[in-house]
Amino acid sequence: MSDLELIKREWIARIDGARDLAALEAERVAALGKQGAVTQLLKTLGAMSAEQRQSEGPRIHALREAVTEAVAARKAALEAAELDRRLATETLDMTLPVELGPQGSIHPVSQVMDELAEIFSDLGFAVATGPEIEDDWHNFTALNIPESHPARAMHDTFYFEQTDAGGNRMLLRTHTSPVQIRIMQQHKLPIYAIMPGRTYRSDSDATHTPMFHQVEGLVIDKGITLGHLKWTLETFLTAFFERDDIVLRMRPSYFPFTEPSAEVDVGYHMENGRRVLGGTEKWMELLGSGMVHPKVISNCGLDPDEYQGFAFGCGIDRLAMLKYGMDDLRAFFDGDMRWLRHYGFAALDVPTLSGGVGA
Amino acid sequence: MKFTLSWLKEHLETDANVDQVAETLTAIGLEVESVENPADRLKPFVVAQVLTAEPHPQADKLQVLTVDAGTGEPIQVVCGAPNARAGLKGVFGPPGAYVPGSDLTLKVAAIRGVESRGMMCSIRELELGEAHEGIIELPADAPVGAAFAEHAGLDDPVIDVAVTPNRQDAMGVHGIARDLAAAGLGTLRPVALPRIEGAFPCPIEIRTDDPEACPAFFGRVVRGVRNGPSPEWLQRRLKAVGQRPISALVDMTNYVMLTYGRPLHVYDLAKLKGALVARRARDGEEMLALNGRTYRLDPTMTVIADEEAVHDIGGIMGGEHSGVTETTSDIVIECAFFDPEHIARTGQKLALVSDARSRFERGVDPDFVEPGLAIATAMAIELAGGEPSEPIHAGAPPKLDRTIAYRPERCRELAGVDVPAERQAEILHRLGFEPTMGETWQVKVPSWRRDAEGPADLVEEIARIYGYDKVPSTPLSRAPGVARPTATAEQKIERKVRRTAAARGLNEAVTWSFIPEAEAEPFGGSSWVLSNPISEEMKVMRPSLLPGLLAAARRNLARGAESVRLFEVGRRYRADREHPTLGLVLAGERAPRHWRTGKAQPFDAHDANAEALALLAAAGAPTDSLQVLGDAAAVYHPGRSGRLALGPKNALAEFGELHPRVARAFDLDGPVVAAEIFLDAVPQRRSTGFMRSAYAPPPLQAVKRDFAFLVPQALPADQLLRAVRGADKTAIVGVRLFDLFTGTGVPEGRKSLAIEVKLQPGDRSFTDEALKAISDRIIAAAAKLDATLRA
Repeated sequence: MSDLELIKREWIARIDGARDLAALEAERVAALGKQGAVTQLLKTLGAMSAEQRQSEGPRIHALREAVTEAVAARKAALEAAELDRRLATETLDMTLPVELGPQGSIHPVSQVMDELAEIFSDLGFAVATGPEIEDDWHNFTALNIPESHPARAMHDTFYFEQTDAGGNRMLLRTHTSPVQIRIMQQHKLPIYAIMPGRTYRSDSDATHTPMFHQVEGLVIDKGITLGHLKWTLETFLTAFFERDDIVLRMRPSYFPFTEPSAEVDVGYHMENGRRVLGGTEKWMELLGSGMVHPKVISNCGLDPDEYQGFAFGCGIDRLAMLKYGMDDLRAFFDGDMRWLRHYGFAALDVPTLSGGVGA
Repeated sequence: MKFTLSWLKEHLETDANVDQVAETLTAIGLEVESVENPADRLKPFVVAQVLTAEPHPQADKLQVLTVDAGTGEPIQVVCGAPNARAGLKGVFGPPGAYVPGSDLTLKVAAIRGVESRGMMCSIRELELGEAHEGIIELPADAPVGAAFAEHAGLDDPVIDVAVTPNRQDAMGVHGIARDLAAAGLGTLRPVALPRIEGAFPCPIEIRTDDPEACPAFFGRVVRGVRNGPSPEWLQRRLKAVGQRPISALVDMTNYVMLTYGRPLHVYDLAKLKGALVARRARDGEEMLALNGRTYRLDPTMTVIADEEAVHDIGGIMGGEHSGVTETTSDIVIECAFFDPEHIARTGQKLALVSDARSRFERGVDPDFVEPGLAIATAMAIELAGGEPSEPIHAGAPPKLDRTIAYRPERCRELAGVDVPAERQAEILHRLGFEPTMGETWQVKVPSWRRDAEGPADLVEEIARIYGYDKVPSTPLSRAPGVARPTATAEQKIERKVRRTAAARGLNEAVTWSFIPEAEAEPFGGSSWVLSNPISEEMKVMRPSLLPGLLAAARRNLARGAESVRLFEVGRRYRADREHPTLGLVLAGERAPRHWRTGKAQPFDAHDANAEALALLAAAGAPTDSLQVLGDAAAVYHPGRSGRLALGPKNALAEFGELHPRVARAFDLDGPVVAAEIFLDAVPQRRSTGFMRSAYAPPPLQAVKRDFAFLVPQALPADQLLRAVRGADKTAIVGVRLFDLFTGTGVPEGRKSLAIEVKLQPGDRSFTDEALKAISDRIIAAAAKLDATLRA
């Protein structure tokens, strides 16, 4: 073994033995500093003959490189150890609870209205709205409900002191049907629309509130039949409840504004003491519907011999309760934040056809 | 409308059982609400005979009986009834039987030390009536061991049908039978019309002075009646359907009404003075009705009266004073036709509901006035004896002379179901219509179906009898391709603000549209006051969304909520129209006390401002152009509120801390902040397609410069920020206030506003000269607002 090889071994051992960065720096200076041993060896090259330099030069440079590398490697190792030591003292209790910020929510009624809009838009239906403070003609007369008609007794109507041009008192609409009248009066045919909104009846008990939400559907076109109504309701409810076992039963009934008229029952069964739609075990009434009465069509200035169609209506609050399992209608309008958070929906639960309309 | 199966079968020849009847009724539009067989509850009870009756050794009022209930062995029963005696046949309930009238289940028990293995029952215990003086006594020939319900004729299911307001004909058993027959459930038995020979001229004048409301008033006298209780079968039938038997003659009128949908009234002739006349009531006239209440009448109402008093609110309810009693000997039977609209109006006005009204307002069969009188007379004589007078027919009922032109294709066109023409004709015929077939049919409408007015009604008749279940589900035609969007701009704005508010941590509420009058007051009062509110709490239409939200906030805080963030998207009801609005209320803690942030933070007006601006941005409002005006509505703290406006008259939102007076009025402690976004004031963006304006991020980095200005204390910060931004509209791309300071080093009456200005170079970096020039312009612009650069 040459002298140089011995020197290299000695320095590398000294460098690797440095216990901290300061000791390492001292070794580096001792080896590579201006007066350092390796630097001194390099300086001897100047005094050598050309041949000597030729053979010794590369060896001494190799020595310097090896020592430099050893210093760098030792430095990295010592720094890593130092970081590990520091990090070991920087522990935080990561179980400390953090605040997520307030959790907002969408009311079930709004959510269901968005679901309805999404489903029906796929069927080509637009969403139409109209005033809640209505006149007698739009709420009753145009719908073939004359003043003395017993059907008016079915509507416990809220009235205002103000009167309309005809001297009849203004009222709170008892259904969203006046919106049907208003869109038919626009004569933009064909009409495919749903009409969700607030409705009012002077009624208050466990299952009725004086204000509630209703959605009605209206189709006015040529060649529309009761069969189309049946299909539309089946399609809608199957999509809304996202169940393939939804079964509807149409029963003849009476509404002044439709002829023929049908009440629609939907099959359900009980699961864990709750009503779940689907199957044909039991039946519950869900919708009122029928073919728009020819008088209603002509009241809107359309020719009932040319245009006909269907209408249906049902409670939005009720749909929400059946789908999401609330059992107290009054709680819908109380604004209790606990209830709103429990039964409400996240802002990004936007109903989509691809993601499903339920959330 | 309730009736029993045996009653129905008197009018419908059928083998159908009650389930088939009920199913068919619902299927043809006569919705069955319930089917109940009283026999089901009484199944365990049997006819039994008392064999022996001995005094109870421990109790004076009790007896120990042995009873033969057909089981072969005598059964020991302790009984307290005074009429219990050997030989008596009664009704026995064995252990395990549920006694409905006492709500208890029998078991073997020791009564005062003597074992009792069942019970002999009273009428009341079996809920068959009120009698409870003793146990039931059955006739001697009652078969021991037989089921009591069957023996007593109680095995007769009661069917309750919800009759829709159009179906006058289904308000009687006979009409219901007709519908069932048409649906193929049996054969309708024709009405047997009695022939009544008048034995003498009618001794009382009967006339109608109100042909409009009472076009026909038919009647006659029966003299020499004995009006006792009606026979057992009649009482049982009436009781089964919930009617209280009163006397033979009153029960007769109810029975005819329930059977034929034909209301009647019977007067005691001795209590009438002079002619019996249908006329309008005089203003203020009163009548004590059979329900025990006195009604004040007016000239819109038609009454039946004699010379002295009103005896009947025509077609609705009879009077107490002229009614028949057990001592009545001569009666007048009234069978009249009242105009449905008049009846409906009078009934609504008096808020008086009766079986007669529910029939007359649907419209009774105008061709059944005379037959109705004959049936009533015959039944009166059958039940109470007596001799009939000749009838008086005052006026004439309006004929329903209606023929509908009908094309049988209409059924397919409207109901979507193909029913062969012959089948259509058959259905119509069975329902009493008279179709004349041809290319266009002429269909004569029966007198009892005034609801059938046109071809659509005939389609319904055919479809409901043929079966709605046979209507095929028919897809609507679908436009090719993916469904087109349908939401309007307004609807999209509503959706965006709603979901933005929820994403910002607010909870959506739905509150009542009507509020207490006092809660509307601070908001300028309501333009819409209900005439018939359900309560004072729900009296006026809300002029703002805040009252409902504030009330909800109060409830939440009262229930222990620390922090309330509520919003609602709904309408404000103003005199001009209904305004779509988003309202929000923040109350309690903005942030709870927390290990990271320390004490709880309350909300302040800036929070409301932030929500309002964020929601306006979501709604697409040009928020950069919005000014904050200081004159918000009076419900807000005057110094801590503002309007966000595009001009003095064009506010898009209001926000601020609630005025302490208003907060107190709503029982809210601590600062409450609120905002309303006027969604219909948000200018709609013109649609320019999907293409955005061209843009590429600038290649050079922006430069930031800070300025601290001393400004007058009263200067709104926004004015300074606008002035600075306006100093170089190209280079300045951002102005941000990062410090607001008053105190040491800031002169009295001034405040320090520190601003960071972001400058965006274009093609070339700013030179020092250029930066200096911009800086000078900024300082000059600020100087116009009396702002000086802070040293």
